[in-house]
Amino acid sequence: MTTPKKKIVIAVTGLNAIDSPGPGVAVIRAIRECEDFEARIIGLSYESLEPGLYMHDLVDKTYQIPYPSAGTDTLLGRLTHIHDIEELDLIIPNFDAELFNFIKLRNKLKEMGIATFLPDLDQFEARDKVKLYEFGKKHDLMVPADKIIFQAKELVETAKELDFPLVVKGKFYDAIIANTLEQAEKAFYKLQAKWGLPIIVQEFINGTEINIAALGDGEGNTISVIPMRKLYITDKGKAWAGITLDDDRYIDLAKKFIKATKWRGGCELEIMQTADGKPYIMEVNPRFPAWIYLTAAAGQNQPASLVKMAMGEKVEPFTDYEVGKIFVRYAWDLITDISEFQQISGTGEL
Amino acid sequence: MKLKKNIATSGEGFIFNPGTGDSFSTNEIGAEIITLLKEEKSVAEITQLISGKYDVDASQFENDLDDFAAQLKDYSILE
Repeated sequence: MTTPKKKIVIAVTGLNAIDSPGPGVAVIRAIRECEDFEARIIGLSYESLEPGLYMHDLVDKTYQIPYPSAGTDTLLGRLTHIHDIEELDLIIPNFDAELFNFIKLRNKLKEMGIATFLPDLDQFEARDKVKLYEFGKKHDLMVPADKIIFQAKELVETAKELDFPLVVKGKFYDAIIANTLEQAEKAFYKLQAKWGLPIIVQEFINGTEINIAALGDGEGNTISVIPMRKLYITDKGKAWAGITLDDDRYIDLAKKFIKATKWRGGCELEIMQTADGKPYIMEVNPRFPAWIYLTAAAGQNQPASLVKMAMGEKVEPFTDYEVGKIFVRYAWDLITDISEFQQISGTGEL
Repeated sequence: MKLKKNIATSGEGFIFNPGTGDSFSTNEIGAEIITLLKEEKSVAEITQLISGKYDVDASQFENDLDDFAAQLKDYSILE
């Protein structure tokens, strides 16, 4: 006689599997593949046309939640309603912009019986783009020099210090390479309009871009590290294809980062490896990347391991993975009916 | 001339560098040379084997092999 598998109700955000995709669908796919538990997946969406809402083989039920700008009280009210119906065990948020609210609500959610597996607020803020250079200096990690600016006129001094080309970056997303002051100013205003202030101006590092998906247990131990090189990049800089790599330098770097921060949960390190072999950390994303399913395909199912740790299970660090495992993303026209669109738009549930 | 330890190759001339994610295809002779390198044959042995098998002057082949080795080194396939 077999013991029935434990059923876990998991709410997941980031169902926007579009050309610049959120990680939610990939996270769910990896969780669904784990045979150690049974999952009921509750999608949490912001918009009615996030493709994940309509993927009924992956997502059992979806609820719309308020935008992060609505604040924690509004979010908590909505989550309480969803929890009354679904009895959530765990929430896995996947958007940079919503993480602050979920981290703030972590203790309240815990009191309600909902687990999360997120970094602490100070861990979360230390790797913020705005503080990354200081963070690198403190932990002996290579990070390009940068300047945080609030006015376009500061670009003149910044350019003298960092020299062209420069990378002009938005607070949350987007990076534009500028070769002249005019280009830098144009980038400044474009990013300010989109993401607000400040703007980060970073030293340009030439090299090969490597991405690392890592999972920390919150006590300084690294549970999993998978380095990946993008093989095909979209005009938005997103990976459309990528391959797992075998290079201990990346594994060591991720372990060093997780040990230094005692990182809890998933993260993505964006690395620029220079021709002389120096790995610069360009950014640390405080959540799983959209290509996270590759970790499961390569033998280290990071989302499933996160679920287990969030549920209080001790997970041993992975030691092996398949090198040369490739993902190739594709676009697929999912067909649904107006009644489903009407339901999610009208009731906020599907 | 030595292949890096973790380089993966196929008999058909496909080379994969798992450290960088780069992959390459060679022609038939290139594939043979890669196979011989995997067997840790020396430059002299490779020259002898290839020039004995094909109608090619040994010194000419050694020049070509030098060029090929420079390419492989450039792509981080050789130590």
